[in-house]
This record gives sequence, C-alpha cells and structure tokens, in this order.
Amino acid sequence: MANGFFTDTTLCIGCKACEVACKQWNELPSDGFVFTGESYDNTSELSGTTWRHVAFVEQMAIDHQGELQDRWLMSSDVCKHCTNAGCHEACPTGAIIRNEFGAVFIQPDVCNGCGYCVVSCPFGVVDLIEKFDPDGTHYNLASLATSRLDARATAVQQSGGVAGKCTLCYDRQRLGFVPACAKACPTESIQFGDLDELRERAHARVERLSERGVSAQLYGADDVGGGIGALNAFFLLTDRPETYNLPAQPVLPSTRQPAGYTAAAVAALGLALAGWMIFRNA
Amino acid sequence: MATTTIDITGLAGAAETELSARVGMLPNVASERTKRLQGRIAGAKPVTSVCGYCAVGCSTLAYVSDDGTLLDVEGNPESPINGGHLCPKGSALFGLTVNDQRWTTVKYRAPYADRYEERPLAWALERIAQRIRETREATFVRERDGKRVNHTLGISSLGGATFGVEENYLLGKFMHALGVVSIENQARI
Amino acid sequence: MPGLGTSFGRGGATVWVPDLENADCILIEGSNFAEAHPVAFRFVMKAKERGATIIHVDPRFTRTSALADIYAPIRSGTDIAFLGGIVNYVISHEKIFREYVVAYTNASFIVSDAYRDTEDLDGLFSGYDGASRTYDTASWAFERDGQGVIATDPTLTHPRSVYQILKRHFARYTPEMVERTCGTPQAQFLQIAETLAHNSGRERTTAFAYAVGWTQHTAGVQFIRTAAIVQTLLGNMGRPGGGIMALRGHANIQGATDVPTLYDLLPGYLPMPSALRNEQTLAEYLKLNAKPTGWWAHTPKYMISLLKAFYGEHATPENDYGYAYLPQLIGDHSMLPTTFAMKDGVVKGSFVIGQNPGASGQNAELVRSAMERLDWLVNIDSYDNETVSFWRREGVDPSTIATEVFFLPAATVLEKEGTMVQTSRLLQWHDKAVEPAGDSKSDAWYFNWFMLRMKALYANSTDPKDLPILHTAWNYEHDDPHERVKGEPSVLKVLQEINGYTVADGAQVAGFSDLKDDGSTASGCWIYSGVCPDKATNRARNRDASGPYTAPNWGFAWPANRRTLYNRASAAPDGTPWSERKKYVWWDATRGEWTGIDVPDFPKTKAPSTPANKHATGMDFHGGADPFIMNLDGVAQLFVPSGLKDAPIPAHYEPLQSVVENPIYTQQSNPVLREYVRKDNAYNKPVDADYPYVLTTYRITEMSGIMTRYVPWLAELQPEAFAEIDPELAVSKGIKSGDYVVISTALGEMEARALVSGRMRPLRVNGKRVHQIGIPYNYGSQVAFARGDSVGDLIAIALDPNVSIHESKTLTCAIRKGRLLRRRPASFAQDEM
Repeated sequence: MANGFFTDTTLCIGCKACEVACKQWNELPSDGFVFTGESYDNTSELSGTTWRHVAFVEQMAIDHQGELQDRWLMSSDVCKHCTNAGCHEACPTGAIIRNEFGAVFIQPDVCNGCGYCVVSCPFGVVDLIEKFDPDGTHYNLASLATSRLDARATAVQQSGGVAGKCTLCYDRQRLGFVPACAKACPTESIQFGDLDELRERAHARVERLSERGVSAQLYGADDVGGGIGALNAFFLLTDRPETYNLPAQPVLPSTRQPAGYTAAAVAALGLALAGWMIFRNA
Repeated sequence: MATTTIDITGLAGAAETELSARVGMLPNVASERTKRLQGRIAGAKPVTSVCGYCAVGCSTLAYVSDDGTLLDVEGNPESPINGGHLCPKGSALFGLTVNDQRWTTVKYRAPYADRYEERPLAWALERIAQRIRETREATFVRERDGKRVNHTLGISSLGGATFGVEENYLLGKFMHALGVVSIENQARI
Repeated sequence: MPGLGTSFGRGGATVWVPDLENADCILIEGSNFAEAHPVAFRFVMKAKERGATIIHVDPRFTRTSALADIYAPIRSGTDIAFLGGIVNYVISHEKIFREYVVAYTNASFIVSDAYRDTEDLDGLFSGYDGASRTYDTASWAFERDGQGVIATDPTLTHPRSVYQILKRHFARYTPEMVERTCGTPQAQFLQIAETLAHNSGRERTTAFAYAVGWTQHTAGVQFIRTAAIVQTLLGNMGRPGGGIMALRGHANIQGATDVPTLYDLLPGYLPMPSALRNEQTLAEYLKLNAKPTGWWAHTPKYMISLLKAFYGEHATPENDYGYAYLPQLIGDHSMLPTTFAMKDGVVKGSFVIGQNPGASGQNAELVRSAMERLDWLVNIDSYDNETVSFWRREGVDPSTIATEVFFLPAATVLEKEGTMVQTSRLLQWHDKAVEPAGDSKSDAWYFNWFMLRMKALYANSTDPKDLPILHTAWNYEHDDPHERVKGEPSVLKVLQEINGYTVADGAQVAGFSDLKDDGSTASGCWIYSGVCPDKATNRARNRDASGPYTAPNWGFAWPANRRTLYNRASAAPDGTPWSERKKYVWWDATRGEWTGIDVPDFPKTKAPSTPANKHATGMDFHGGADPFIMNLDGVAQLFVPSGLKDAPIPAHYEPLQSVVENPIYTQQSNPVLREYVRKDNAYNKPVDADYPYVLTTYRITEMSGIMTRYVPWLAELQPEAFAEIDPELAVSKGIKSGDYVVISTALGEMEARALVSGRMRPLRVNGKRVHQIGIPYNYGSQVAFARGDSVGDLIAIALDPNVSIHESKTLTCAIRKGRLLRRRPASFAQDEM
C-alpha cells in the first residue's frame, strides 16, 4: 500500500495552514522572521524545518482595461516522495528508508548529517537542520523561545545536524491519522490517501476543469521522467511547472552520472560562449 | 524488504537498466526508534474546544496527556462547520497557550516606576478591589438634572468579544452593580 | 446591527455558514473572506464547485479575488454607490422578485407627504437641523388612516409608495455614475448586476457576505442597509443559499453583543435605561420600549425576567423588580468618547480585558496618552501588549506617569470552559482541556472574585447607592469540588441563569415562550432561552452533526435553534415552497404546522391564510404571510421610518477624509456623522492636496488581531508591518518592494515595508487618477516575533451616528520612501506646536 498527496492548486487559497499545521505537529521551529517583499511569501522555500511551503505567483496584467486576466496562483509544495528517490539512493548510512506507507523517511537517529541527500534531491527539497530532538519524546519548544528571534542563521547547516524533510506524517499514519497539512487544509487543496485512488481522482478533476474551460495538467501523477518515476506527492497545475518553481524535467542524479562529465563539458563551453557574447555586446 | 549489496555512491557508471534494477533494493533497515515510532497523541484524551480567534467557530480537539500536559491541538472532524480543518491561526492554537513569551504571573507597575515587578495575585486583587471602591465612592453620581442616574463615569470597562458569553454576563452584571456605564467591547457592528 | 436590525428585525447574520454551499451566486464585498475567514470560505469553494458564480468587489485584489469568478475593483468607501447602482439596475430593468417584494416588504407602503428625499434637497433628507447636525425623523413616517392603519398600494405605482420613492432615489445611480464614483469599470459593474439578477428569483438564490469592510465607515450602517435593500428586492432573504452573511471577526463578538458588554444595551437587545429619555420607572421604560405590534410586544416579559435574574429575591413588584438599581446613561459612553473622557480626566480607573486599544484602537496614541491620566489600570490578558505597557512606550518618561498598573494573567480558551457564539449565532460550548498556566485565571474567575469582594466590602452599608451591589444575585458556586476550592465559578450555572428558570421551584424554562411579566420567571438573556431547557441539558454542548446540513443537534443557534433567519420567506405567501429546488420551510396543511429542514422562524401553527388584524396588538397584528416577525409590520423594511439617525434610505456620502468631492450630491459627507475636532484628533481636510492617496486597513490571514505576534509559526509568515502599493505609484515615488516607507496623516506617521504589487491598481474616479494604499492593522510597537508600527496611529476618530463605529476602512494619507527618524506620536507633536 502506498499513500501520498494530491495537491490541487485550483483549490488553494494560500492561507499557509499547511505550513503551520506541519510545524505544530512536527514541532519545527520558525525559520526566522524575514520580510521578503515578494508577494505574500515570507518563508520563501522548503527547508530542513519548513516541510510545506506555499508559493505565490502573481500574474497581474499591466493594463487593467478591458478583459481582466489577472491571476494569483498559489500552490503548496512538499517532498515528492519519489518512486525512485535521489535522497534514498544517495544516503550512505541507511538513514533513509521507504516505509510501509510508501513514503521516503529520514531516520534522524541514524542520519549523520553528511548531506549527500541534500545534493541528490532533484527538487531541492531536503536540507540539513540542527539536531533538535532525536528521540521525539519530549517537546522541543525552542521554536517558541526568545533566543530564536534571529535564529535563521544558527538553526541550519550546523555540523552534527541531520537532514530534514516531510515524513508524510509517518507517526500520524501509524495511528491511522491523516497528515497534519492535509487535515488542516480548509479547502481540501491538499488531499491525502491511497495513490491509485488519488491519481484516478486527479485525472477526473483535470477533465472536469477542462469542461469548465480551465486548462490544467498533472505534475507527477505519472512518470515525470529523468529516472524518477511517478511522484507520491503530485500536483494539479494551471500553468507550466516552472511557474510554480517545479522543474520541468527533473532528473535523478544517478541516471545522469555517466553522461555527467560530458554535460559538464558542454556547460562549460556554453558559459564561455555566453561570456564572449556579453563582452562582444559591451 | 530485501537488501543486497549496494552502490552507495551511485558513481560507478551503471547502465540505465542496472539502475532501475537496483531501485527498491536500497537498504530499508528500520531503526529501533523507527519501529517504535507513533504519534505523541496515541492514547491521549481529546478534549473538545472551540478556536478563540475569528467567529467562524471551528471546533477543535485538544489532546492532553495523562499528567495534564497539552500535546497537540487540531480540528474536530465531527464539526459541520470546519470538518476537522483549521486555518493557519487555528493550526497554531497550541503555540498561543504553550509559549514562553506568555505572561502567567501578575505584573505590577507602581506609580512613576520604570519597571514591572512581580506581586502575589492575592495582593494585587485586594489592592484593585480597594481602588475600585475608592474610585466609585469619589465619582458616584445619584442625580443629574433632577433625574436619578445612580452611576459612575469614573470607571470604564473595555473588552468582551474575545471571551465567553457567561463571562460577558458576569462582567456586565458586576459593572452594572457598581454603577459603571462606560462598558464596551470590540462589537460595534 | 441596526443595518440588519431595522431592515429585518434582528441584528444577527441571517445565514448558517454551511448553507453558503447552496447559493447559486455569492457576492463578497466589504470582506476579504478567504483571508479573514478561511475555514468558512470552504463553503464558498464548494458552491463554486457546484457551479455558483463567486463575485468579489474590493479595493485590493486579494486571495479572495484570486478564487472568485469575477473580481471588480472599487474605491474604498463607495459601496453605497455601487450597491445603489444595483438597486437602480434591478428596478429599472424589472428584475425584482415582484411577488416576494409585494408580499414581504414595505414597498407598497405610502410615505407621509411631508417627506422630502435627497432628490428634492440635494443630498439631505427632510427634517435636518444644521445647527445640531441631527434629523427629526417625524416626516419619514408612513401615511396612516384615521384608525392608524398604514396606507398601501399593492400595485406599487403610487408616487409616494416606498417602491416609487426608491426608484426615484436611486435613479441617478447609473452605471456611469457608479464608474465615476467607485472607479469600477461599467462593463464589470453591469456584468455583476446581471449575474445577481440572473441568480435570484424562484429557482435561484444569491447570498451576500460582508465584514468590517462595510461597517467601519461614517455611514457604515447605511452600507448594510443598501445590501439589505438589494437582497430584499431580489427576494433572497430567508431562503437557502440566500441571505446576508455578516462575518464577525472575534470568537465571541456576536455573543458579546447578544449578552452585551456594550454601554447602551442590556442582554437580549433590551435598551439600557437612559436619563436622556423618560425611563425613570419601569412603567415608563416599558411604555417606550415595548412595541405595540410584532414580537417586541413581549418586551415586559423579557425585561422583568432579566431583572429577576439580576436581583433575585430583591426584585419585587413593589420595587419595580429592582429597575432603579440599573444605572442610567447620560450620553454616548462607547469606547471612543470614553477615551476622550479619559484623556480629559473624567475616567479614573479602567479595566481592559482581552482587547488592546493601545495598538489596534483608532487614534491609538490618544488611547495610550489617555491612560496616563488614569489613577489605575487593570489589564487581563495573556501577553504583554501596548495597552498595559503604555507607560514605557517610546518617547515618554515613566517618572511623570502616576498610573498604577496591574496585569492579571488570563487563561486561554483551552484552559477554561464556557460558551462562545459564532458568526451564525451558534452557541458552542468548549470544555476545559488543561489547567491555566502559572497564576492565570479565567475571566469568570476574576469577575466572580471582584463581585464577591465588593459584596464583602460593602456588607455593612445601608446607603441606597450600594444596594445594587448587595442585592445583585450571585450564586455560581461550582459543583466540582476541585474547581470550587480554586475559586472557579460555575459558568454552567451562569448559562442556566441566562436560559431562565421558574422562580418558585428553580426549574429551567424550556424556551422564551415560557417567560412571564409577573416576576414568576427569571432569564438573563431571553434570546438564548432554550439552550439549557433542563438542568441536565446544555444544548450549546450538543455535538451530534448527523442529519441534514442544518445540523440541528450541533450547538444551539438563537433564537430557538433556528439556522436561517426569516425562513418563513423561503415559502410563498400560500405556504408552499417558491420552488422545489429552493425548498426549505413550508406549511404542512395536513398537520397544520410549519415544517422543513430548519426550525421555522414563525409561530409554528399559524396558517399562511391567517389574516392580519390591523387593529390587534402583538403577533395577532401580523398575518400568516408576514415573515419578519420582529418588525412592527411583519415585513422587511426597504424604507426605515424610524430607528436610524442618518437616513430612511441610503445615500452615498464620501468618507470624512476623502480624495474626491462627492460625485453624486453636493452634500460631501454624512451630515450627521460624529466628528471630534480637537488637537489630539487631527483630521485630514476633505480633498487635501497634502494627503492625496486613499488609505485602507485590514487584517491578514496569518494574524488574528495582534494576539498572534508571539506565535513564531505565524510571525514568520508575516513578520513585519507592510504597506501595499500599486506599481505606478511606487515608480513615481521611487519605491521598490521591500523598501521602508513612511505613511502619514495629519494625525501621525508610521513606518512599514513596501509591498509593491499589481494586485493594487490605480482607479479613475471622477476624472482623477486615484491610488489606494493598504496597511494591515496586525502590528504594534511591542517587541514580539512579528513587529511594526500600528496603523491605528494614523486614524483620527470619526464615528457613524447610529452605532458609534469608527471610520477606519477609508482614510487619506501621504507616502514617502524612507524611515522614521524619530517617533512623532500625535499628542506630543501637537503639544510642541
């Protein structure tokens, strides 16, 4: 049996209840208090301690006369729990496992914080965090302490830390509970359940939206290519994946290693060429 | 799940077919912690409450351990209003109650002082009671322009929309008994 | 409250939140529904999924707009013009639900020939006295025959019929005028008008949702009135998927109005006795306040039962049931006038409980500086806040402030039990989950302690002025010994008293129909009667959601557990549903009673054919087809002859501080709005060149008021005060997103981060390019995880004349790039001048 997430962005109201419910349940600290000036997004990205992240994409017409085409897209991103997971492959300690619910799970008590998984994630999801409560037996209320007022720099990337990302609420699933984010989501933009059922629902949803004149596509419901396979957390989008900061062609690092050196050489050549063109234009 | 020899670096130049064959054969050794892992609310008592923020009235479940410690607050799936869902504020209700920034003791600031000091609750209550009486005595008006008014404009009370119906009732009854008429809350709707 | 109250009879939202799902169209205006009430918004989303059209009209393109099918921009504060345009559209295009309007409204009533409209008096109504800035409303009355019966014309053609008056009054609210006033493009306005009309009638219903975006204006009550007129003309009131959803902002804001901590009300919407009226005795009070016809004829039962609940055995027929123990009003004792009184030294001691006027109040610096004049301040709260710590704010010297300040730690909602009333008037009981942290106590604990202590302090007094203290009934000892020993009162006993009981045996009454006017019953708030019909039952604690979507066994909705108000109107005059699709409550002829999926908001066995007796009193005055039972005439009031201080029908006035001259009338702003012209409450001039931009304020989804600043999970989402600015204005001022900006009014200045976005858009209003700036009010100077200046420091106090609500949704301001070098709290700046 494999459970996962279907995130239907057409239902998202951008409230970030998923981010908060996740942090509350998983006792994660805030990532700091930084005003970005970028739409309503001040948490910016997934991190070792932010396991759900709602992206805001403003598509506002410059000229508001006539037909309005303004859109403000919102989408809650999360670990994809890939069929073939880069992090899982790269982990040298056996800390990362695929659990009985089909989720990719990092065992914090095994993880040594080497960070191989961080660079191996095709989606840039995994990150290192401070080792805050390996046993999970008592409250880590550091997230609520004054000392955290300017904590962003100290909370992450410390030696001796562990890698952190969404667990698909492994501990809740063991109790038969829905993950915290999916439970909180007021509009059921985040749906949790059996993947076969979710995929069926997602395809039907695309058709229904199409009947209403909304062009939508699924991302990760089926094989995304690049050796990754289907995603256990997949999305319904109304624009190209890149618009939501999802890679159009994600690649499992291990599949590109043989060609890696060639790719690097091509890239280097490309850079040189670009540099030459810039100088020429100047 | 079976495990075999693995290539932990993934750098061996394996062919595409070998890679896919390898997938699923990564080590899946669950640690003792992982084997034992279960949510902290296992066996905890859920207490039905209501969110204290906006007026939608989302029903919540507060999970409490045997020793009376608050473990978790989430939406009540039974509610016809929220069906278990909560907004970001509701999802953070735990953090409003359990928070080391919270003031859980009396703070007293003496006239002209530049700081708060801790005082026993009983002391503060008695001091306040005396001040209420003193102000009431000094400002009570029985009649104005030949009409009975029996009130004091010397005391005011503000607040009500953030606490319960019964508490509003008690506050109103108490203030009216004193003769206070400047009673208000957020509800000028 | 009076916006809905004078129109339909009760001030509460008419809609059960989950019923929004049944709407064919939802107009959200004056509300940022998705952001301020995200969980209720799920029913809007469900309606949308079922094919409903969602419309959002708002100065800003918000997360609500993003999910709506139609978004239309509007200049803040011009909703009467917009909705007036809808009224004009539905009347001039014959889109009204005529059968509904003729039967269920006062459209056919003939207005006195002394009445003069704004059409005749260029923006004023008859009865205006310029010197006192008040209306004498006598000329707004209906024409009556010799026996006092109101003259009507069911054909709606009489020139002085309400319908014809409305038609003439709103004729100038054309689509062109809407565009010129609101800045809303005509095409969009018409699309919305057509959509509303298309989705109303027998087969379809439209719901309206609003919040404080409509109320916090100097004509706020009239905003609601205009919406009420539209919904009544379209026949959407009392019907599934229809009605007016008033979205309240605090967990118990409805409850704190029903069981009021408001100066002018007693529980159950009984007026507080006032020395300004002739209410010295109970008889005089009842003479003025018991209405001859309709439900309010029962007022004596409710008032005398309340006095019995207040004074118990000391309430006797001989002493007017203790009526004289109630203090009397001598003016407006609402919060903002009281703040002025505090500043002027009248108020000496103050309680502030769970509210933070020092940051979220209007003219917040006035509030803070007023508290310097207090002898003592008691604040009951859970966190440090700008109110309790006013004496250590930036720029003041504590050694000059004599106020004695007490902070008493408050239990949170999880640490106590009790009832809160949500936005659909639903009472919901919450159990106590954990013990209060540290020394924290419930608010009930504190009030109980203080009352018992005052009784002890005055125990030996024989002074009549102290009798109210000694004679107030106060018996709330907890039955649970663990709570009793801690001094916790039984809030259940309080709720039982609110429900009411028979004095002789102490047995609970089953509902308000059991209440008597002879002192044999007591009830602390008649509208809640029925919540505890016996000692073993607490219906606020009902938690069975099975059955129809009205969930009759989940909580208890006042009155009498009704979910949708005025639901008699969901059936045609003959008692049959208007349509099968919109069936809700109907007359069951075989059983001789009203039935349906809700508790009928009507006498249960009064047949539809029951004739009105125009010479009777009380409910007999109404016929079986008069659904608005609280109103004198049993019908919805399109025209309000009495009860409002500013207009019988709404007219658009500019906000007190506006960037343009009123495009519709010569009269610039509400002629009877309440201004406070004083040094510490400086206003921008109307059309003030120094303050050329519209300023609007709101809350954001990530914060609740300013209570949540200390919760890091929320603070990281919106860590700093910001100002939303359109790109055109930003470019002209050299402002980029993330820059610091200073926003100023004549009253004060604040600093914020700029958030430049195309979601804000300049509008063309009356030939002028208008920029709007938006600032959330969720911040304050207190050190917390989320921080920033309080926009309350920019808002001078100006009030609506009916309910004393402040105008904080529409102001004018200036903006510049940069930071504040030095604080300039208004009071100090003024003193230096």
